[in-house]
Amino acid sequence: MGYLEDLKLVEEEMAKCMKCGNCQAVCPLYKETLREAAVARGKIQLAYAYLRGEILATHSLAEKLLFCLTCMACVANCPSGVRVDAVILAARAAMVREKGLPWLKRVIFQGLKRPWLFDTALKTGRHFQSLALRYRPEIQRCNPRFPIGLELRRVLPPLAKRTLKEEFPEVIRPVKPGARVAFFTGCLENYIYTDIGRAVVNVLLANDVEVVIPRDQHCCGIPTLVHGDIPTAREMAASNLQTFQGYKFDYLVVACATCGEAWKHFYPQLLEGAPQGEAARALAGRTRDINELLMQIDFRQPAAALPLQVTYHDPCHLVRGQGISSDPRQILRAIPGVELVEMKNADRCCGSAGSFSLTNYDMSMQVQARKVAAIRDTGAGTVVTSCPACRMQLEDGLAQAGLAPRVVHVVQVLEQAYAGQEVGSGRREVG
Amino acid sequence: MAAQEDFLRELQAILSRERLLTEPEERWCYAFDAAAAQPKHLPLAVALPQSTEEVARIMQVATRYRVPVYPRGAGTNLSGGVIPREDGLVISFVEMNKILDLDIANLTATVQPGVVIQELNDAVAPHGLIYPPDPGSVTTATMGGSVAESSGGLRGLKYGVTKDYVMGLEVVLADGTVFHCGGKTVKNVSGYDLVKLFCGSEGTLGIMTAITVRLIPAPEARRSMLAIFDRLEGAARTINGIVAHKVIPATMEIMDNVTIRTVEAYCQAGLPIEAAAVLLLEVDGIPAVVEKEAAIVEQVCRENGGRVQIARDDAERENLWTARRAALPACARLRPTTVLEDATVPRSKIPEMLLALDRIAQKYNVTVATYGHAGDGNLHPTITCDERDGAEMERVHRAVDEIFHTAIELGGTLSGEHGIGVAKQKYMELEFGASGVAVMQRIKQALDPLGILNPGKLVGPLPAKE
Repeated sequence: MGYLEDLKLVEEEMAKCMKCGNCQAVCPLYKETLREAAVARGKIQLAYAYLRGEILATHSLAEKLLFCLTCMACVANCPSGVRVDAVILAARAAMVREKGLPWLKRVIFQGLKRPWLFDTALKTGRHFQSLALRYRPEIQRCNPRFPIGLELRRVLPPLAKRTLKEEFPEVIRPVKPGARVAFFTGCLENYIYTDIGRAVVNVLLANDVEVVIPRDQHCCGIPTLVHGDIPTAREMAASNLQTFQGYKFDYLVVACATCGEAWKHFYPQLLEGAPQGEAARALAGRTRDINELLMQIDFRQPAAALPLQVTYHDPCHLVRGQGISSDPRQILRAIPGVELVEMKNADRCCGSAGSFSLTNYDMSMQVQARKVAAIRDTGAGTVVTSCPACRMQLEDGLAQAGLAPRVVHVVQVLEQAYAGQEVGSGRREVG
Repeated sequence: MAAQEDFLRELQAILSRERLLTEPEERWCYAFDAAAAQPKHLPLAVALPQSTEEVARIMQVATRYRVPVYPRGAGTNLSGGVIPREDGLVISFVEMNKILDLDIANLTATVQPGVVIQELNDAVAPHGLIYPPDPGSVTTATMGGSVAESSGGLRGLKYGVTKDYVMGLEVVLADGTVFHCGGKTVKNVSGYDLVKLFCGSEGTLGIMTAITVRLIPAPEARRSMLAIFDRLEGAARTINGIVAHKVIPATMEIMDNVTIRTVEAYCQAGLPIEAAAVLLLEVDGIPAVVEKEAAIVEQVCRENGGRVQIARDDAERENLWTARRAALPACARLRPTTVLEDATVPRSKIPEMLLALDRIAQKYNVTVATYGHAGDGNLHPTITCDERDGAEMERVHRAVDEIFHTAIELGGTLSGEHGIGVAKQKYMELEFGASGVAVMQRIKQALDPLGILNPGKLVGPLPAKE
């Protein structure tokens, strides 16, 4: 039993909050709304009041607790070191236990946790997506044709014609393999941004690392966890863990900041006390973000120059979630010809926060606008990041601002440098 | 109840639905400020006006319905000054956040009350100017809140506190009347000094809707030093010795042994844990003067047994400041509740105050870490405790009582920079006597006869006067 099952276990975190308000200085949502209920100390007080039974589990309370990017900027800036993210997630979970999930979420999460159903739906979807999405060849992205739960102005990547798992065999061996890694692709790199997944494989091969892509892996389950559906999240954690336990490898590698946090932090928490608890902890210790792994294996420096001016955006769940910010920059700087121009507040949230961008699109875009302005100020033509979800959000923001939506993962830049080619933002096969 | 609904309906007509918060979950988030261990009281609603006119109309309605109003900025107050005490209306000024005028020729800025202090500094920095008051909450606190509390900061010794920079105000009175006082002129002796009266009035006399402040040229150079003392007396002699040598540093911060140990346990800043005290000093100004003053400060520190480290560049300066910056976070992480006081004594009494704080901590068996602005006598005895432990809080309250009694006995004051609010209201007679408090109450009743402006604060609850 962890805090996700029992709100009382984070009571000390709530009691620690001095209510000093320092979170106001860094909270992206406070900056936009100027409302106390939008900032960490307000939510902490609400969660505490709910725990003590001073306020009820109303729809309005649920909305307040869901109105958070979980970007952890407040956590990093808190004098008392309050784990605001833990309090918010625990409170959401407690409310779902008391009131249940709204029906729409229940339906979506039921689909998400059935890999074949989810897989079939997305594979079917790619054949029919042109009915719902209008392709814009000039940017290789789409706009929704109808408001199908998406804003019409939203710029989206299409589903890939072939999933990453269809594109590659299960085991991909270099000529003389050194280490062996299991690649957890996550949904975005399997179904949409297969170019990132491909770059992970190619870069690892170029470093004599053997790559296994277990067939039965599926969504990491974090979307269900952040909405408070802990039983589903646990089921998905257990299932992914079981899949990966069937393989031999040195490291489990991810190229998505949220998937990385799932394996490193959330799976051990979800499975604590369960038969798989120990295995979850052990695998957490062997999980590496691709940036981290490349630094650890002392990746081969590319010989050919890649003349490219880039700026780097820190994904929240990498920089604050996993404490990784210098690795990606070191990798970029190691590539001859790449010039890294830092943007202002590179570690500020892009506003995506997964499904937050679906439920609060206007707010998400307001937060995004500050990121786009910071990117524009650098003058760099390419934005590099380390998370496909941030990439999707940044592409949308840049395209709507009339800028080229050239957003790539660090590993794609390295792939291009190895290949001695010009980098292209998903120019091949995506869409 | 019906009257309450009518009251809210009239407010909604002024503000629209978006800027009048009435949901209980929203109101809950305005029932507190940053003061520790204060009772919560839910307001009836939260109003978020965007103009002076809206504020005036809100006050007319509040007067008609006799509903108390609680003006609020960022809610970073440490004396409970913005916590509602009874069913009333919180007026949050965060949406009145425009810089109205930057007058470089006259070295003034005019701002709405919701402007964050740091935002003003960011706006004037390109002109080579600064707005000196820099409370710890500078990145969040609003100008309105800091003028209402007359907040201070680390540079108080040389640059003073907020009230030394306020030149003019636009004020909305309890009945909705709008008036102006002061202005942009350096010299202004016309009439009563109403600007000073409203500075630090904690929202009890009127509501400031525009504030004109003085700006000063940014110092060209600065030099930071850290001095470690094995004996408290050495640190104390240094504090007074530097001033005796005609040097007024911008910053002269002290940390006592409890603070040093706490900071070291928290972040290993490299301070010797057996040291009795550490002084962090900074001189600023014209380079030649900085050079000369830094040499004097260093010499006085050494003469009194201080081991001195001098920052040669900005990176080293950051390093020296690490320990001082860590003081509050380190203390805050010891225990769940952090009671941060600001009793202030004349500079010469700092050693006596430090010894008294030690004695009080032992007597009531509480942990007191003391750090703060030694140069201006404004110490921050910080008591770490747990609000949920009734017996412990009883001892904390008695220790706090004795801290304020001691400060007054030493010729000091209840508040150097946090204000009176509700937390220190009961000690007001100690400092002002019954007649002094009565003067303040008469001023309060003259300006707010119905007692609807932040009632219960500063001068305590007063009956309405028809």
